[in-house]
Amino acid sequence: MTPSPPLLSIRDLKTYFYTEAGVARAADGVSFDIGAGETVGIVGESGCGKSVTALSILRLIQPPGRIEPGSRIEFEGRDIVTLGDEEIRDIRGNRISMIFQEPMSALNPVFTVGDQVAEVARVHAGMSKKDAWDRAVEMLALTGIPDAGERAKQYPHQLSGGMRQRVLIAMALMMKPALVIADEPTTALDVTIQAQILELLVDLQKKIGTSILMITHDLGVIAETTSRVIVMYAGEIVEQAAVDELFTRPHHPYTEGLMHSMPHIGHDQERLNVIPGTVPAPTDWPKGCRFRERCPYSWDLCEREHPPLYQVGAGHVSRCHLAIEPERRGSPHTPLVVEEGVAAA
Amino acid sequence: MSEPLVSVRHLKKSFPIKKGVFARQVGAVHAVSDVSFEVARGETLGVVGESGCGKTTTGRTILRLIEPTSGEIRFEGRDVNSMGTSELRALRREMQIIFQDPVSSLNPRMTVGAIIREGLTIHKLAEGAAADARVRQLLQEVGLRPEYSTRYPHEFSGGQRQRIGIARALSVEPKFIVCDEPVSALDVSVQAQVINLLVDLQRDHNLTYMFIAHDLSVVEHIADRVAVMYLGKIVELATAEDLYREPIMPYTQALLSAVPIADPHARKERIILQGDVPSPANPPSGCVFHPRCHHPAKDEACARIVPPLEEKAPGHFAACIKQPPTVITWEEQKQAGGVHPPERYLPLAAVHA
Repeated sequence: MTPSPPLLSIRDLKTYFYTEAGVARAADGVSFDIGAGETVGIVGESGCGKSVTALSILRLIQPPGRIEPGSRIEFEGRDIVTLGDEEIRDIRGNRISMIFQEPMSALNPVFTVGDQVAEVARVHAGMSKKDAWDRAVEMLALTGIPDAGERAKQYPHQLSGGMRQRVLIAMALMMKPALVIADEPTTALDVTIQAQILELLVDLQKKIGTSILMITHDLGVIAETTSRVIVMYAGEIVEQAAVDELFTRPHHPYTEGLMHSMPHIGHDQERLNVIPGTVPAPTDWPKGCRFRERCPYSWDLCEREHPPLYQVGAGHVSRCHLAIEPERRGSPHTPLVVEEGVAAA
Repeated sequence: MSEPLVSVRHLKKSFPIKKGVFARQVGAVHAVSDVSFEVARGETLGVVGESGCGKTTTGRTILRLIEPTSGEIRFEGRDVNSMGTSELRALRREMQIIFQDPVSSLNPRMTVGAIIREGLTIHKLAEGAAADARVRQLLQEVGLRPEYSTRYPHEFSGGQRQRIGIARALSVEPKFIVCDEPVSALDVSVQAQVINLLVDLQRDHNLTYMFIAHDLSVVEHIADRVAVMYLGKIVELATAEDLYREPIMPYTQALLSAVPIADPHARKERIILQGDVPSPANPPSGCVFHPRCHHPAKDEACARIVPPLEEKAPGHFAACIKQPPTVITWEEQKQAGGVHPPERYLPLAAVHA
């Protein structure tokens, strides 16, 4: 039991896209909470619904997509799903802000970076041009941009990728928001720059006390920055646990597969373990367990019954029937789909 | 020692920077500056480094997809640079490339069968029914259904498209394949499938790979030896085991320590490099890494002396005048303004036990 209500509480979020190929159920019944000051990670591969979930929190879903009626996103006592446009604009960039993957496309090429950071304070706090500029320079300096006063006068193309990402972070933190959503914030960056940016995010979070929702495909980034992890697969949460618990006792076969398919430095392995097959199409999620065909433990129950999120430990849930028949983990079989498209040799 | 399959000597490639109405050359980007290495038959040489370090240019220059500015490239002893069009065409049968982006590297208007068949036709390896049979066999070999040959690239997932690219490269039975970031665009689970496929194919066909990647853990997994590049230079070259256990060049140390580890209990200390990679149009003097270097003995000599890539331990080459042994004597370093004698330095953060 948490003593105070969570900062953000998502219940049964369904975000569907009405495409020509059918209804893509990109986020399909997602529920989770984020506490004040907490860093929660969502990990999953392309098409698992992690970015759609993030965009839904800011109501940035464009047609043909929509948040389905019955979905609830409660933030600071208000339901984001039903807010008016004015109110949601007041939340975006002010109480909740977002850091995107591609810093170049998230910045306007014809304004200086200082103007763009300052604009946040002018719009949301009604600051004067001068005050907003000073505050922008201060924030840019806080994100570790050397000579911030001069850099603020430059245009995005004059900065490196790592510097641009710092500008976006400055922009996101300008109003000291309650929640920052970071969608693959370091994926486009080189590894040494990634290390700088991750350190910066962790450091700034400590200073400002904001909550972070970290969305990534990289389990390494998750392990180093978050305290609680949500694993998504095929539009659903399949596992959720504290970071230590998840890495020491992964329960869902997908989580397990993901961890084993990554090469680790210092571990000598002849072959990598693979998860056979590919993610199913969002217009056609399989019946029963959505991971069933790629799973080495599946049995008839998995086809018959869509697994609920079982409680498998303290604060640890998993959408896998192994929770009720754990002994099946001892006898894996060949998954129904063999390696990607292989004609049985 | 037998003759290497590929040998590169003093390779340089610079791209002109042009400006103004008359496109006058005002400078040059030194993408690759004086790189030498060899690739032995059957081995996998990994090449790692960050954006702009010259790893892709190096790979493409070997295939002469990019013309080198100077230097020598030999394939089985033959001089690749001096080859004419017909010789080069014959050579391309023996050297192939797999690209990073499985979308843009496949012609969307050609069927998968036609894509794979193209090489067979150009090199007159098979035609008619024999070519059809070969295409089906290649698809099967890379883990795709033979009947996929009539489909178009857009019908496939990223991992499957990469398999098509691999089948195309294999079609001409090459000896050497440059794999340029072949798994970077793929999801983790699919990445593992493609890496395993590359390993299997190497074993079955006795292939030699140059595996270019920015992901250090992938390279450690697949490579026998690893070259680390920074600003157009190879700064360290060793067996994968030695390089990851005992990185000598401070840049390699920082690079290794920066990799996020998927284990919340792992050690957290890390070498955070200051600033960005300098522009290759205007690289720093002396050691190109010196402005960001964390070696405790770094001094003025590092800014003046270009460190040679020298053997620091058997088979382990690195370019650093502060990591002993070095041919740059302490006397020479002092004359260049050095104040700290070379002293071995291996921070714990860089060691992956």
